[in-house]
Amino acid sequence: MYAQMVKTARVGVKPRDEMTEQERAFQDRVDANEKIEPKDWMPDDYRRTLIRQIGQHAHSEVVGQLPEGNWITRAPTLERKAILLAKVQDEAGRGLYLYSAAETLGVSRDELIELLHQGRMKYSSIFNYPTLTWADVGAIGWLVDGAAIMNQVHLQRTSYGPYARAMVRICKEESFHQRQGYDIMMKMAFGTPEQKAMAQDALNRFWYPSLMMFGPPDQDSVHTAQSMAWKIKVATNDELRQKFVDQTVPQIEYLGLTCPDPDIRLNEETGHYDFTPPDWSEFFAVLKGNGPCNKDRMKARITAWEDGAWVREGMLAHARKKAAATAAAE
Amino acid sequence: MSSEWPLWEVFIRGQHGLSHRHVGSLHAPDAECALRNARDVYTRRNEGVSIWVVEAAHITASSPSDKGPLFEPSESKVYRHPSFYDIPDDAGAM
Ligand SMILES: [Fe+2]
Ligand SMILES: [Fe+2]
Repeated sequence: MYAQMVKTARVGVKPRDEMTEQERAFQDRVDANEKIEPKDWMPDDYRRTLIRQIGQHAHSEVVGQLPEGNWITRAPTLERKAILLAKVQDEAGRGLYLYSAAETLGVSRDELIELLHQGRMKYSSIFNYPTLTWADVGAIGWLVDGAAIMNQVHLQRTSYGPYARAMVRICKEESFHQRQGYDIMMKMAFGTPEQKAMAQDALNRFWYPSLMMFGPPDQDSVHTAQSMAWKIKVATNDELRQKFVDQTVPQIEYLGLTCPDPDIRLNEETGHYDFTPPDWSEFFAVLKGNGPCNKDRMKARITAWEDGAWVREGMLAHARKKAAATAAAE
Repeated sequence: MSSEWPLWEVFIRGQHGLSHRHVGSLHAPDAECALRNARDVYTRRNEGVSIWVVEAAHITASSPSDKGPLFEPSESKVYRHPSFYDIPDDAGAM
């Protein structure tokens, strides 16, 4: 997802009889669906895991602006340009909500950005794929934001109050993202044969990377159990991936496009689609930094941060000077 | 000196007649910028008619461990609620 393979500090769930009294009281609150708030006591591992997860989620929103930002100046009409601009602006806003949520856990936004730039924190693998044509912008809204919704809807029930509240805001906006993407896909798929071919090509390239967004299969996700016990993860990777496939296949059919997985079919017994899993070696390679765009993405982020430094420093210096002048006048 | 902008808490009045409600936070060098940023981040879809920003460092909050002493005393004071009193229907609307 936007946060993939977030490491918890331990493998497996801590058994109740190994917990301290404080830890047991904490787990009871989580089990009773009480929200944990910033000043409440929480286990160190819970705090650390959440910082990693929310931080990764925030980084994904910010880096996620780049593939789409690539098309803002080249959107085919003024209306499409305004829509894409609004969508990318939303993504920046999410970055902000999420960094703020992480900050309530005692880490600063600058520290998190520093860790990203040093390569010590990750962002979602999906944003390391290029946007080659306008149809890719449609495919991203439809599939990537669609996959994100799947996860974020569940996270509205997460145990950490500030994170849950950020998710509520995000979910309100996300449906616009998915629908504008599908709207682009419809225009392309129902357009000229060349446009339809572009739509098919975008689907072909984004299908498996979208499935990877949910993270590795459950049997390989050693960190899932503890995160689920803490309710900072509310559904498993495989559950969400299946839900996404079930929802998306009819949408592909409606567009008159073909799913790039030749073996996909509805399983009459389960009522779910059977599908070919993505190539996990590609996923791990992308996560390690070897995807098609990893280097470009990090370079763009670091350049933006460094080039903006004089603005941040200048504005702060101005604010301090003004405050000093006001104080002197009083 | 750190060049990280201070944190501000943002409160929005959603509609005329309602109170301002906490919606989130942001970083800004001063109050003026905080207001402008709050408008961009928190009111892009007509969410508000008025914004307050307060520097987070100026907020004093009760601590979770005070929850008992602060709020429990009111639990036993049932007579503060109208339902404590039995008024016969014959007395009319009240
Ligand atoms: Fe996003
Ligand atoms: Fe989005």
